[in-house]
Amino acid sequence: MFGSLLQDEQFRLKVGLAEMLKGGVIMDVVNAQQAQIAERSGACAVMALVKVPSDIRKEGGVARMSPISVIREIMNTVSIPVMAKCRIGHFVEARVLEALGVDYIDESEVLTPADEENHVDKRDFKVPFVCGARNLGEALRRIGEGAAMIRTKGEAGSGNVVEAVRHMRTIQREMKALTMLRSDELMVAAKTHQAPFELIEWVSKHGKLPVPNFSAGGVATPADAALVMALGAETVFVGSGIFKSDEPEKFARAIVKATTYWKDAEKVLEASEELPDGMKGLDVSKIPLDELMATRGW
Amino acid sequence: MSENTSSPRKPVVGVLALQGDYEAHARAIEQAGGVSREINRADQLAEIDGLIIPGGESSTMLKLIDYENLFEPLKAFGQSKPVFGTCAGAILIARDVINPSQASFNLMDIGVERNAYGRQRDSHIVPLQAEGLGELEAVFIRAPIIRRVGDGVRVLATHRGDAVLVTQGLHMAATFHPELTADSKVHRMFIERLQH
Repeated sequence: MFGSLLQDEQFRLKVGLAEMLKGGVIMDVVNAQQAQIAERSGACAVMALVKVPSDIRKEGGVARMSPISVIREIMNTVSIPVMAKCRIGHFVEARVLEALGVDYIDESEVLTPADEENHVDKRDFKVPFVCGARNLGEALRRIGEGAAMIRTKGEAGSGNVVEAVRHMRTIQREMKALTMLRSDELMVAAKTHQAPFELIEWVSKHGKLPVPNFSAGGVATPADAALVMALGAETVFVGSGIFKSDEPEKFARAIVKATTYWKDAEKVLEASEELPDGMKGLDVSKIPLDELMATRGW
Repeated sequence: MSENTSSPRKPVVGVLALQGDYEAHARAIEQAGGVSREINRADQLAEIDGLIIPGGESSTMLKLIDYENLFEPLKAFGQSKPVFGTCAGAILIARDVINPSQASFNLMDIGVERNAYGRQRDSHIVPLQAEGLGELEAVFIRAPIIRRVGDGVRVLATHRGDAVLVTQGLHMAATFHPELTADSKVHRMFIERLQH
C-alpha cells in the first residue's frame, strides 16, 4: 500500500517541491511586508501564520489559520513558494488553503489543535503537507497520512535549540537502529514505534525518511541553523527570531548564509559576526507543561 | 589528469550547491558515469569540467550568488565550459527572464517566464519524446516556460507546444527535473558533451 503511496504521481510531485526547498531557509511571516523582507534576504519559501509562535505563547487564546486576505496578499507579493499553517485535524481550513492555491500546508502544532485525536487525511489533497514530529514513529504516522515533508518540531517561539536537537537526534538514531534489524524483527519495531509496517520496512532498507526532513523550532542564531543542518536537517524553518530581532533583514541573511555554508566554519563565523545578538531564549524546562507546543500532535 | 592511466578520466561535474535539489543531481551524475562535486565558492570552479545549476528557487539562488560575489565567476565559467540548467537553472542561464524580470547569465539565447504553469497545484508529470534520447519522464514543478527560442538554439523536446529541453553550443537547459527520475539519460547526454 505504501509502495503505491510513495510511487503515486501526486505524491512524487509533492515531495518534488520539498526537494527544491532543500538547503534553504523557510521563514515565518505574518504579512506581505515581512514576506518581502524574507524573499529579499534569501528565503526559499515563506510560511504564513497569524502570529509568530513567541507572540502566540505570550498572548494566549486560540491561534487559527491566517486571514485569507493576508495570505492572498503574500502570494501576490513574492515569487517564492508560499506555505500556510492550518490547525491540527482541521481539514476544512486545509481545504480552504488548497482552494486558495498555497504551495504547501503546514498542519502545525504551533496553532491551537482543532482535533485532539486525529490529524488531517492528507492523501487526497492536491496540495502537499508538511507536519511536525518529535520521533520516528510520529514522522511515519504523518507520512502514512500523506505528509510529503517532515520537520522536527523543536519548541517553537522559545529561542532555545535544545528541543530541535533532541528531536533531530532521536529521529536519526531511531532510523539508524532500524537498519540493523533483521526483517523478522520489523513487525515488533512497527509496534514499538506505533508506525505503519510498510514505512518501517522502507526506513530499515534505506536508513532515511522517504520524504525530506527539515528542522524547526528554536533556531535563534546562525550557529543554531548550522548545528541542525549538521545533525541531518535538510532545510531550516525560522520562526519568531527574524521579525523579533532589531534588524530582521540582517538576521535573516545571516541565518541563510549559515544554512547554505553549514559545512564551512569560516562562513558560519562570517554569518555570526554579521549578527551580534541572537533571539532572546526561554528555558524550555521553565515553560509550563501545558504550554509546550511540541507535545501537540498525536 | 594522470597521463599513464589506460582508461579515460571520468568527467568531473560540479553542481551549484547554494540551495535546491543539488543532492539529487549529484546522484544522477554518479549514476551517469561522472564524478560530482558540490560548488559554492569561486575557487572550486577550477576543478570541474562542467557545471549543473539545479532546481530550486531561482530568485533565492540569485540572491546568494550576489551576496557571495559568484555572479561574474559563474558567468565566466559558462563562457568557456558547458553548463546545464534544470528548472531554476534554466532560468539562470537564459538571456532574459520575465515574471518578474531578474538577472541571468545569458549563456543561451532563450527567454524564460518563471512559474509559468501556475502554482504547486499545477505541477505535473508527463512522458515526453526527446530527440536522441527517446522517451523521458518529465517532472514539472512550479516550472518555467521557454517563451522565446533564439536562432542558434536546438529544441530536443517540447511539451504543450513549448520547448522544454534545448541545447546551444556547449550548454543545455531543461524546464523539468531529470534529476528526480531513476533514468539518468539526460545527465549522460550532458556528460558526453564534456568528453568532446
